[in-house]
Amino acid sequence: MNTKTSTGKWIGSTAAILIALLWAFPVYWMVNSSFQTTTTINALTPTWFPFPGGTMANYKAVLDPSTGFGTALRMSVMITVLSLAVCIVFAFLASLAISRFKFRGRKSFVLAIILIQMLPAEAMFIAQYKMIAELNLLNTVIGISIIYIATVIPFTTWMLRGFVAGVPADLEEAAMVDGCTRFGAFMRVTFPLLAPGLVASAVYAFIQVWNEFALASVLLTEDASETLPLWLRDFAQPSAYGPIPWGQVMAGSVLVAIPVMIFFLIVQGRMTQGMVGGAVKG
Amino acid sequence: MTTPAVAPSRLDDSPASSKKPFGKRILPYLLLTPALLALLVGMGYPLGWQILNSFREYGLAQQFGQPPAWVGLDNYITLLTDSFFWSVLIKSVLFMAVTALATVILGIGMALMMKAVSRPARITLQVAMLLAWAMPIVAQMTVWNWMIDQRNGLLNYTLSWIPGVDMIGHNWLVNPLSFFAVASVIITWASVPFVALSVYAALTQVSGEVKEAAALDGASGWQMLRRITLPIIRPILVILLLLQMIWDLRVYAQIELLQGFGSAGDRYDLLGTYIYGMGVGQGQFGMAAAAAMLVMIFTIGLSWFYVRELLKEDD
Repeated sequence: MNTKTSTGKWIGSTAAILIALLWAFPVYWMVNSSFQTTTTINALTPTWFPFPGGTMANYKAVLDPSTGFGTALRMSVMITVLSLAVCIVFAFLASLAISRFKFRGRKSFVLAIILIQMLPAEAMFIAQYKMIAELNLLNTVIGISIIYIATVIPFTTWMLRGFVAGVPADLEEAAMVDGCTRFGAFMRVTFPLLAPGLVASAVYAFIQVWNEFALASVLLTEDASETLPLWLRDFAQPSAYGPIPWGQVMAGSVLVAIPVMIFFLIVQGRMTQGMVGGAVKG
Repeated sequence: MTTPAVAPSRLDDSPASSKKPFGKRILPYLLLTPALLALLVGMGYPLGWQILNSFREYGLAQQFGQPPAWVGLDNYITLLTDSFFWSVLIKSVLFMAVTALATVILGIGMALMMKAVSRPARITLQVAMLLAWAMPIVAQMTVWNWMIDQRNGLLNYTLSWIPGVDMIGHNWLVNPLSFFAVASVIITWASVPFVALSVYAALTQVSGEVKEAAALDGASGWQMLRRITLPIIRPILVILLLLQMIWDLRVYAQIELLQGFGSAGDRYDLLGTYIYGMGVGQGQFGMAAAAAMLVMIFTIGLSWFYVRELLKEDD
């Protein structure tokens, strides 16, 4: 009996690791290809490992000013910083309202937050495009940030609500009994406990905005205003001048993807908690 | 992973009576105002514009200053009697059904696997899931496009190992069915991690005592799964399936990118790219608004039951 279950577990674990390798393979292939030379990448037999024989030439080529990577990076940073700062403050205040107070309209607001997430954002592009065009804000940081803030607030509020609800109000009340004001109790007791949740929500919002492609492709139509995802799309586009330089395209993909992926790995445990927590708490 | 404290927060549940000081009554509204304003500008106004213009003639002529005329339901009628719209709609719904179901089934499978296997195997699987999940969409698409490249792509190379098969030079994006299959595989690959990790997180919250009791009563592993575990995590499974359906129905970025990689043309359209092409591409904003409204109504219909359940619980 015992040997049987442990054999079963062993087979299961092997299968799990094989599936893991399969799932992560595209990520590996991106990194591997980014170190290949033009010769090895265009050979009919693929090269499975980057070393020996790997090269940094693709990265040098991508980071050359002529590719526009730097401009796109600056645009991405500006849009992300603006959207993130505004979104986190607004969402945090809103999450306090719905998790710490009972008031008329609370239920409608919670419902609105859920409904907005259900709305197909892609179905609103046309209207958002017209609005930003009429405000003369196409191809600007502010124009696209207005929409990003509104897009990210609902989920961020929802996540933060889970975290705020996880800090019992009793703690605050105890501090108030000990002579703190309500605000003081909040700042000294609840806020420190919320810090990890705030960081997780901020990173979540960061990833959403940093990676966003669809809306950016609608609102940022000029080369000079491209964000990194748009830059990568253009960079990977087949051209009339010759075959796609796959090594460089993969190096570009690595540069766009890896920073976000590292952030993501750091906070994801908390993110899943926030999502499940939000769902469980209705 | 530790689970968050689930102690319910205490709501300030004294009724909003005039006994409470004015400042305290108005505070929650003040806290909500910034978020509400942001939502009104970024979502509310475009939504209003969209509803309004779905009932108006708003094409290129209106772009150049001619006032849009009210046409009632004409835009909707034109769409609903257009066989091309229906073909796109049916394709999109099929695409959504296949992709969302595959994602949720694979995701549940992976979560159960994480629960069953040894710790190192579980962590390996979780990290692999995270890597796929964390990848930006455009990077995902460039890598997959590289892997399915007709000449040097890994897929064709590997398939050609099979005796008698020579796939070198096969373009996966020309045949529309193959095009959508590629899109579906990529989206499933990218969406399974979210489902798997969420279901796994939910599974870890199922109390061991319930399962022990069932095991004492002689329940088999399969019975335990069907009768105990799945019903307990059902609320999370429902919302995950719903979210996947909504996301897969409105899919835009992946289709747009695949089209950019070499298969332009309306044979490769799903609703997202179709509406975008009609609006921004051809300048038929009234028609595009009506099409977007139809998608929206369809989505709200899908989520209606879920939202109603949620409201009941909130009471």
